[in-house]
Parts: sequence; C-alpha cells; structure tokens
Amino acid sequence: MAMQDLIIEYIKDEYLEEDDEVGLDTPLISSGIVDSFSMVSLKTFLENKYNISIPDEKAAPEAFDTVRKIIDLVHEFNPDAE
Amino acid sequence: MAYSEKVRSAYKELIDGIRNDGLFKEERYIHSEQGIEIKVEFPAGSEPRDVLNFCANNYLGLSSHPDVVKAAHEGLDTRGYGMSSVRFICGTQDIHRELEEKLTAFLETEDTVLFASCLDANAGLFEAVLSADDVMIADRLVHASVVDGMRLCPAKHDTFKHSNMEHLEKKLQEHQDARYRMIITDGVFSMDGDMAKLDVICDLADKYDAMVVVDDSHATGFIGKRGKGTHEHCGVLGRVDAITTTLGKALGGASGGCVSGRSELVEMCRQRARPYLFSNTMAPVVVAAANKVLDIITATTERRDKLEASTKYWREGLESAGFDLKAGDTPIVPVMLYNAKLAQDMARDLFDEGIYVIGFFFPVVAKGQARIRTQISAAHEKEHLDKALEAFTKIGAKYDILGKSKDDIIAKYGL
Ligand SMILES: Cc1ncc(COP(=O)(O)O)c(C=O)c1O
Repeated sequence: MAMQDLIIEYIKDEYLEEDDEVGLDTPLISSGIVDSFSMVSLKTFLENKYNISIPDEKAAPEAFDTVRKIIDLVHEFNPDAE
Repeated sequence: MAYSEKVRSAYKELIDGIRNDGLFKEERYIHSEQGIEIKVEFPAGSEPRDVLNFCANNYLGLSSHPDVVKAAHEGLDTRGYGMSSVRFICGTQDIHRELEEKLTAFLETEDTVLFASCLDANAGLFEAVLSADDVMIADRLVHASVVDGMRLCPAKHDTFKHSNMEHLEKKLQEHQDARYRMIITDGVFSMDGDMAKLDVICDLADKYDAMVVVDDSHATGFIGKRGKGTHEHCGVLGRVDAITTTLGKALGGASGGCVSGRSELVEMCRQRARPYLFSNTMAPVVVAAANKVLDIITATTERRDKLEASTKYWREGLESAGFDLKAGDTPIVPVMLYNAKLAQDMARDLFDEGIYVIGFFFPVVAKGQARIRTQISAAHEKEHLDKALEAFTKIGAKYDILGKSKDDIIAKYGL
C-alpha cells in the first residue's frame, strides 16, 4: 500500500469514527480531530513503520497537521520511504 | 528582560486573540452563598440578580448545608485556621488522618492520602508510582489534570478512543512488553456525563495484567446505590487500584482531593508525590467540614436518592419538551446545540429568564459539539426544576429547536 493510503488508514482506525473521512489536506490537529496528547501513537506508528526516529523538536503538533505534512516529515528522515 | 512595552503589547495581542476567537472567560460575581437560589452580578457592575443555579458541581447540595457549616465553625474553634506546614513536617492533625480513614471506609479501598486538590492528586500519583519502563493507557476524554499528571510522569503514554473497549484491548496487547500497564479513565466524564465501563475495564485489566486508575471527581458521593462512585455502580468495588477524587464538588465543595486505593500506591504518594511533599496541607476548617460530609453520606443515601430522582425528572422534562440530550443517567445533563453561538445565545437568554447555565464549545468540547451543560443537585426542589423547564421551553421555542433532531439543528444554525 502506498504511504499516503497507509497513513490515512491508520488515522481512520486510530482516531476517527466510522463515517468520518480524511484526505491529504484535512487538518487533523488544528481541527481537533486528533488532540496533541493522543498524537503520540501516530508518531510511534510512523517511527516503527518507516524505521525512523522523529526527535521531539521536530514532533510539534503542526508537523502532523495534515497527511501531506506527515508524508513530508517521514521523507525528511527516510527519503526512500514509500 | 524587563517587562517592556514590547512584551506588554505582545501579551495584549494574545489576549485580544482569545477574545476575538470567542474564547475569553469572564467571571460572574456571586453575592450569596453557593446554592440553588443565588444572587449573581453579571455583567460586572450590574445590579445582582436572583437566579437559579444549574451549573454547579454541588451535586449533593452540601456546599452550604447548615450541618457542614457548623462543623467548619467547630473545626475552626478547636483546630485553628492554618497549619503553615506541609503534611510530613507538622501539617497533619488527628482530623486529617480521620478524614483519610473515613474516605478509605467509604470508598472501600485500602488507604487514602489527601491532597490540596484533585488536580494535585492527579499531578502526583503517576510520577510517584510509575517509571520509564511502564505505560499509561488513558481514555481520550480524561480530565485535563489527568493529562497533566501523565505528562509529568516518565512512563510512556498512549490513549484509546473514548470508552471504546476494543480499542483499549488492542492497546493493551500492543503494550505487553512494558513492565507495568496502567489503564486510566474518568469514572464519570464531566462534559458528556457518561460513565466509564469499569466492569469491562477491570476484566481487561485482569486479562492483560494492568492496573486501573479512575478519576471519580464527578461521581464520589452519589453514583452507585450507596453513592460510593462509579466502581460501586459498575460492581467493581475493590478491583480499582487507585481512585483520585475531589472534595471540591459533591463532598462539600470547598477544596481538597485524594488518592485512595492499594496501600502501597498510597504510601508511594506519601513518599514521592511532589504536590504532597512540597505544598501546604489542607486547612483544618475544610478538613473538619469534610469529616462531617463523610458522616452524612455514610449515614444515609437520602441525598443521592433525591438527586437520582430529580435527575430523572429533569431529563424527562427536557426530553418531552423536545430537546436533544446526550444519553446518560448522571446528574450532568448536556443539552446538545452543536453550534457554538447558539449555545452562547441560549445561555444568555436563559440567564435573563433567571436560569444560570453555561454554554460549552470548542476547545472545551469537540468542534460541532457545542452544548449547554446542566447539572442537577440534591438541593434542587421540584419547583426549581419546573421553573427551569418552563424557561428552557420558552427559549427553545424562541430558537425553534424543540422537537428538532441533530441534523435539523445543524441545518438551521450550522456547525
Ligand atoms: C474529572 C476531574 N478531575 C479533577 C478535577 C480537579 O479537581 P480539583 O478542583 O479538586 O482540583 C476536576 C475538576 O474540575 C474534574 O472534573
């Protein structure tokens, strides 16, 4: 599965109720869909899945606000991830 | 760095931003004791008005109860005003230990330690008993002070979807490699008034070898047939490892909190919890009154029984008037309006009708979940409830939301 689909699937599973939809640019944190306290499981998921370690100073809520930004973040630490 | 004009104007801008976002909180001055019939000055500077209070956590109506006030007077006379010490230096009186023992007996736990507030209890507990090898798994809607307490603790943290037991189970499976697992939840959730499924949670805790911690601030004293709390209601007395709760709501409402549970966890709080070690003891007058409160609620369930009956009457009244309520059976009864402005406008109009309620909206509740949260008290009499039902019906009709579904209300007012 492509990274985008995998991440969207994880977010739906982890944070959303059944009928909620999420796209590449849906705001997640600023909209309140994901609160910053619950964000840690997403960070852990990305780290395990893509073999990266995101330092705290890069893990600000803004960096996780959309799927597009999350993909950029993953690429910053693992340029070959797909 | 001095407090320069530049710094000042930066803060001013922040505050203006809060105001512009509609999130500015204003106090309302109450010119009477806490109760149902209170005198409120709002807006500031206006003549105080008589209104009926439907937004206090005064669930048992004990905040100004004559017996409690009398006990406070006696406490003041016999044990003085202040202690000027933390607990372990010279801040523990006989009545402090008496209160801890009464709470232990009432909650049916092994031991109890007092804190200055439940916020302090939550701030102290997790750090005192867990280390970096452990994991805390919390419901996503736990109270802010629980979140803060978890943030102060070096253990890993994770969350599960609100009251979603499958999701909790999945998380417990994922974290089997941690030394200790701790499931953390509120007993009654303060915004929705729903209850944690503590029976299922305790079963999962057994199955996956986890401890259970419950913040029962909105339950102690009235949930369960004898008012012991959510653990009594769910049939898990003795199976919750630690309860944090407050004396600042149903139990007289002055201040104070505690951790009550397994004796070793409580002892660890005495040895390690920073708010216990580094902040002043509870004032004798408050402790004396709280002891009286425990006597009252241990002796009779009269007040919680009345609260239960009044809550039922209130819920049924609002429902038959055509309001959209969050389902539940606690004295927290949210009237769902979805739109933030609608919630604020209706709360203001209700105040004009002499009913004191507050609208809640993002970020206090999720976006699109704005509401007026009503809270029932054992001190509400039928005529108070009837007057409020009448006012709610009048204002509901004004905004044409009676008998309207969620979708209708959103179609009319937006999110
Ligand atoms: C669930 C919950 N826990 C803790 C607290 C804090 O209690 P206290 O006022 O004793 O600090 C509150 C009060 O707002 C609460 O609702």
